[in-house]
Amino acid sequence: MFAVTAFAVLIALGIALARAFLGPTVFDRILAVNSVGTKTVLLIAVLGFLTGRPDFLDIAIVYALINFIGVVAILKYVQYGDFALSGNVEPVPPGNVERAPQGDGEGGQ
Amino acid sequence: MIITLIDIILLTFMGATAFAILRLRSLFAVVMLSGIYSLLAASMFVSLDAVDVAFTEAAVGAGISTVLMMAVLALTGERERLPARTPILPLVVVTLTGAALFYATFEMPAFGDANAPVNLHVAPHYLKNSFAEVGLPNVVTSILASYRGYDTLGEVTVIFTAGVAVMLLLGGRKGDDAGIKREPADDAGNADSGDDDDRDTRGGAA
Repeated sequence: MFAVTAFAVLIALGIALARAFLGPTVFDRILAVNSVGTKTVLLIAVLGFLTGRPDFLDIAIVYALINFIGVVAILKYVQYGDFALSGNVEPVPPGNVERAPQGDGEGGQ
Repeated sequence: MIITLIDIILLTFMGATAFAILRLRSLFAVVMLSGIYSLLAASMFVSLDAVDVAFTEAAVGAGISTVLMMAVLALTGERERLPARTPILPLVVVTLTGAALFYATFEMPAFGDANAPVNLHVAPHYLKNSFAEVGLPNVVTSILASYRGYDTLGEVTVIFTAGVAVMLLLGGRKGDDAGIKREPADDAGNADSGDDDDRDTRGGAA
């Protein structure tokens, strides 16, 4: 049962990886990284139950936190082009990132 | 068996990610893919029962270094230039070295072999006597904190020094920028705020 779940998670991981390799825009790749991180959390949880030692669940939770912080940092870079600016500054996206067709830079406050 | 299959699939994913990192020219995509590579490596470490190593890999590889690489990308360009020539000789040297190292692994003892030299020296002593000598239920903790206490102290000192150096570098830069920018706003209030700001003001006026 857990083995089937583990292979399903691995297949989903492969699909997310393919999107990260191919993804034409920045946002495809950010979403792929986030998805791979989520699949890693799931895989660690399933591996814990598969080997009969579900003590690693809290480590999976910490992975989820790291994944969230990393994605927030990446999104902040994509929107502001800098890490030092706060949300009050007018966004200046970095020059030559290949962005989505309708670059929605004014999403934040 | 199932774990072996999962290991093989994870290693295949890691190989594919490494190849994609080599071939891609968009540095943003390369940073994203190296974060993915770290996550896959962390899964691999968990599968190999090295949970603490996996934890470090996820925190440092996928968390901090991705953010640091993005900070570097903010200062540099986003495209990698094509190399002017294809280096054949380094490729041959690296391949030969890798083949020699791979050949050397044939002489190594099997994974988990109880008769391997590394398992015959001090490890049995630690396993048998660490609870009586130190009193901790976890053998790894008693080795790190007691038997190798001075080594751990040195490591902590190195990490502390590195952290202080990074704080000095980042903090000093930020303070200078803030002082220069805010100077015209309030001259009188800034005169006795601090030594660094004071010196900067005179340097800028002279």
